[in-house]
Amino acid sequence: MKSAVIIFPGINRERDMARALRLISGREPAMVWHADRELPPGTDLVVIPGGFSYGDYLRCGAIAARAPIIDAVRAFAAKGGLVLAVCNGFQIACEAGLLPGVLMRNAQLRFICRDVYLRVERSDMSFTRGYNAGQVIRVPVAHGEGNYIADGETIARLEGEGRVIFRYSSPDGIVDPDWNHNGAMNAIAGIVNEPGNVLGMMPHPENHVEAAMGRTDGRGLFAGLVDHFERAA
Amino acid sequence: MKARVTVTLKSGILDPQGKAIEGALRSLGVSGIASVRLGKIFDIEIEGADRAGAEAALKAAAEKLLANTVIENYRVEVTG
Repeated sequence: MKSAVIIFPGINRERDMARALRLISGREPAMVWHADRELPPGTDLVVIPGGFSYGDYLRCGAIAARAPIIDAVRAFAAKGGLVLAVCNGFQIACEAGLLPGVLMRNAQLRFICRDVYLRVERSDMSFTRGYNAGQVIRVPVAHGEGNYIADGETIARLEGEGRVIFRYSSPDGIVDPDWNHNGAMNAIAGIVNEPGNVLGMMPHPENHVEAAMGRTDGRGLFAGLVDHFERAA
Repeated sequence: MKARVTVTLKSGILDPQGKAIEGALRSLGVSGIASVRLGKIFDIEIEGADRAGAEAALKAAAEKLLANTVIENYRVEVTG
């Protein structure tokens, strides 16, 4: 699996992401600068990592979404290429129109930096085949603007089409306001686009992939992707 | 030519920052404030003197970048 991690000024989670990709795919990802106009040939997976691109100026991800490389990512996604957008990456993907909706300020206004529980809603996607449907995983979040908001029609469509992939939940998989740390609509933590090849999620699976990190719940996402590409080859 | 683009949240979009500001005003003893919603102002200098062209450029700026039209409205004023 050949991955490409996109870097913008202010991104700070690219090395954690590269480490996870290297450990699990066995292959060093390409690090792609935002001002480049093309992705490396043969790229299988594009990852937009977390951080504070452009200092969150104007709106989180707003300026990064208009960078030259995003046209190449858009074209790649239009041809069915897989895109994983994490945290600031999710914000960038929404600003770029790769995903619907917007990530707004956490409802209680605080930056939240701790582990949360996510219910994996379906296991039949390339991103989640490493998990079971309904499985609850524990991964860290670190964000001040993770409150997923969309209009009623968009939310209805996301739910109706099964495009909500991860939801904030209790450790037992119960969706409850007490376990929704940022107030996101319908406790949405991660969604996919219509064709299902672009996934945006606020939590950081790449930070729970080896024993030294304390937990390995996030490993299944990457291992599932490696599996997906091995079977497709 | 001077212009101002004002970007505000669409009604119905929750504004926790506005709520926090309301609370702070209340505790400062400022009374009679029913509600506060936070917006943004962009003061822009346009080159040249073509007013229609300026308005078109500002609208494009607002649509393409200054406002996220999923959640925000914008108003363009060419002031001088």
